[in-house]
Amino acid sequence: MKLFNRARIVGLIGMLFACLLFLLVSNHIAWEALSTLRITSPGAKFSDPSLLDIRLPTLLTIAILSLGLIGTGIFMFIRSYTRIIPIYVGSMIFIGMFTILIWAISGDRVDLVDLLARTVRLATPIALGAIAGILCERSGIVNIAIEGLMLTGACVGFIIALLTGNPWLGVLAAILAGGAIVMLHALLSIQFKTDQTISGTVINILAVGVTGFLRTSVILPLQAAGSVGNPLPNLPIPLLSQIPILGPIFFNHQPIAYSMLIMVPLMTVLLFRTPWGLRTRSIGENPRAADTMGIDVIRMRYMNVLFAGFVAGLAGAWFSLEATFNFDDVMTNGRGFIALAAMIFGNWTPAGALGGAMLFSFSDALQIKIQGFDFALPPQFIQMLPYIITIIVLTGVVGRTRGPAAAGKPYEK
Amino acid sequence: MPRPTWPPTSRQPPERRSRLKCKHNVVSRSNNNQPYYSKGSVSMSTTPTARSARTAVNWRELLLSALVPILAIITALLIGALIIAATGASVIAAYSGLFIGAFGSLSAISNTLVESTPFIFAGLAVALGFKCGLFNVGAEGQLGIGAICAAVAGFAFKGLPGIIHVPLALLVGAAGGAIWGAVPGFLRARAGAHEVIVTIMMNYISIRLTDYLIKNTFRDTKASAPRTPFIQESAQLPLLLGPEFRLHAGFLLAIVVAVFINWLINRTTTGFEIRTVGENPSAAKYAGMSITKNFVLAMALSGALAGLAGAVTVLGVEHNLKSSFSAGYGMDSIAVALLAKSSPIGILPAALFWGALRNGAGLMQLQSGISINLINIIQALVIVFVAAPDIIRLVYRIKKVDSRQAVATRGWGS
Repeated sequence: MKLFNRARIVGLIGMLFACLLFLLVSNHIAWEALSTLRITSPGAKFSDPSLLDIRLPTLLTIAILSLGLIGTGIFMFIRSYTRIIPIYVGSMIFIGMFTILIWAISGDRVDLVDLLARTVRLATPIALGAIAGILCERSGIVNIAIEGLMLTGACVGFIIALLTGNPWLGVLAAILAGGAIVMLHALLSIQFKTDQTISGTVINILAVGVTGFLRTSVILPLQAAGSVGNPLPNLPIPLLSQIPILGPIFFNHQPIAYSMLIMVPLMTVLLFRTPWGLRTRSIGENPRAADTMGIDVIRMRYMNVLFAGFVAGLAGAWFSLEATFNFDDVMTNGRGFIALAAMIFGNWTPAGALGGAMLFSFSDALQIKIQGFDFALPPQFIQMLPYIITIIVLTGVVGRTRGPAAAGKPYEK
Repeated sequence: MPRPTWPPTSRQPPERRSRLKCKHNVVSRSNNNQPYYSKGSVSMSTTPTARSARTAVNWRELLLSALVPILAIITALLIGALIIAATGASVIAAYSGLFIGAFGSLSAISNTLVESTPFIFAGLAVALGFKCGLFNVGAEGQLGIGAICAAVAGFAFKGLPGIIHVPLALLVGAAGGAIWGAVPGFLRARAGAHEVIVTIMMNYISIRLTDYLIKNTFRDTKASAPRTPFIQESAQLPLLLGPEFRLHAGFLLAIVVAVFINWLINRTTTGFEIRTVGENPSAAKYAGMSITKNFVLAMALSGALAGLAGAVTVLGVEHNLKSSFSAGYGMDSIAVALLAKSSPIGILPAALFWGALRNGAGLMQLQSGISINLINIIQALVIVFVAAPDIIRLVYRIKKVDSRQAVATRGWGS
């Protein structure tokens, strides 16, 4: 047996990570410091009496978690135990984030429910984008144009919402715009057999140009003329939103966030339990065999790409109609690419992609949340975390991810 | 597009094939007087060495390979004119503004060349990646790292003569970019992590990292806005046309580097290995070439070039580094590489076109009131047409570059 196999390397990294983490924190925090995780009741203000206050001795908690990591690491090193690598790396990531959270709030308190609700909200465009990516890649089309589709959706949706004063029409327009632009990608990559990554990049560049042009020549004049509209309303679901903890996290959102929460299980069922899903997956794995079975590969790819464009357009509407009511140049700010990372993270499944999206949005929410606290780590490093984690995931330490076999290859009869 | 193979690797040897499919073969031979294996397509940018080495410059082929990009540019400008007309502005005012802004005076030309310089380096970076079959979307990040490394080398070393300081700062910048680029190459080769996603992630890490370094570690405490201190005078790239023009020696360096990369790719063993790995990794492996070595090498070189783009901008134009420095060079460099069809020499006119559009945009807006963003649309359309040459062929009724005569004669017909 090799001295350094995968389990041993991961175990060593884990031990090192835990030691560094503890040393770093113990340099800054005294043993007496307490971190309070507050759980508020639904609809309550932060100043209201809380449902529950979890008081954790900051350093002791981190010490226990680090010891757990080190212990497991030693076990993995001695026995070279491969099977728990994914769980181990996962818990490393989780402990890292949790440490940052309670370190930042030591001597203070944070509203845990609000943090998690914010995580779900911020995960919306990433998860929807990832679903768009899954739809494309499962049917054999690589789509790195999601960023551009979102941007177009955000821009067109906002223009229509401004013109009509109705945000719902804006959402519809965003969906259609995503579908329209994605057809260019479909045309280039299915019909003209252009390299799909290049085709996607082209659409990203095009989207930046078109939306920038529309902003200066349509949106700004409209706004200058006094056109104002309303963002999408907050729609708490009656009864369900009153459930403690779960209510605020899942049942008190705006419409596009709900649509994401519905879309994830729906897509899981559609992809893995219906004939349509089987066909989609088969043209992504082996289009020739699928063709032999009588599936119209080209038509099916067009339909799936179009549907993905609709979903990406909806994700775009989140930016301009739900998160804020405005449109800025390049306001998607790389979320489309993160959606792709979430898709890979989730091994091309909708549920996994949601998990990946939550990972990103949690670190985002965390970073927003702790901005007010006096914290030793610079915010830039917390913002870097998801990207570093994505690279770690991509390298396959957590377990090899594998995409659809035929993704990226044009199909020729 | 099927690539021509040399030597022919058909499953059947020619004699046997002609016996089996005699009639068909005779017809196809009499049509173009060429052996059957070169039928299909004349490769445009990826002309194999065997052919291009025979004649120094094949002008006809050069013209042919430039035809689609030129038609793409013309088509994009025509569509741009339609957009301008649709918004009610004057097309002539807009385009004359664009041209005069880019080439109207010596200072305009100097500024256009200055704008083009980073595009040459970054475009070369992406093109080199393409040669090895790698899509380097990370030019943006490598450029940022190169810029901060060059800036630090520029202000930290004191008392060096310019003849040492300038190359030193450039080298440090290139080294920073090379390290940043080598990581995705290594991960791709060893762990199979797709370089597109890894380089995109590395871009964001680079942006955060440089942001942190500029705001904290290397911040100039005397300045109110976050930026690094100014680089030493000895580290500044010399100006070529005197102090009233911005044109700096980085432009000459860019041309030299483009020629060098062209030589490296097309005339050296290293370049041959890189191209072979790019075209057919399994064949390269079978021939004894190391995939890992070539992936890492190509990405490191690519990163070094992108790093030089940042270094040259800092040392030649900005003389310090502000946060939010790079203005989308990453995406534009991909576009430039595509427009040039990954040819290192072709990068020069492509980057010049890009720089001219950027530089002329200001006057265009001034003269016609049309938004600068029109430039982005034109650029994107150019890339759409270059990436999918079939569209251009369809519009201009150019035949597939099967028979050579057809292209030259019918290209400008409609």
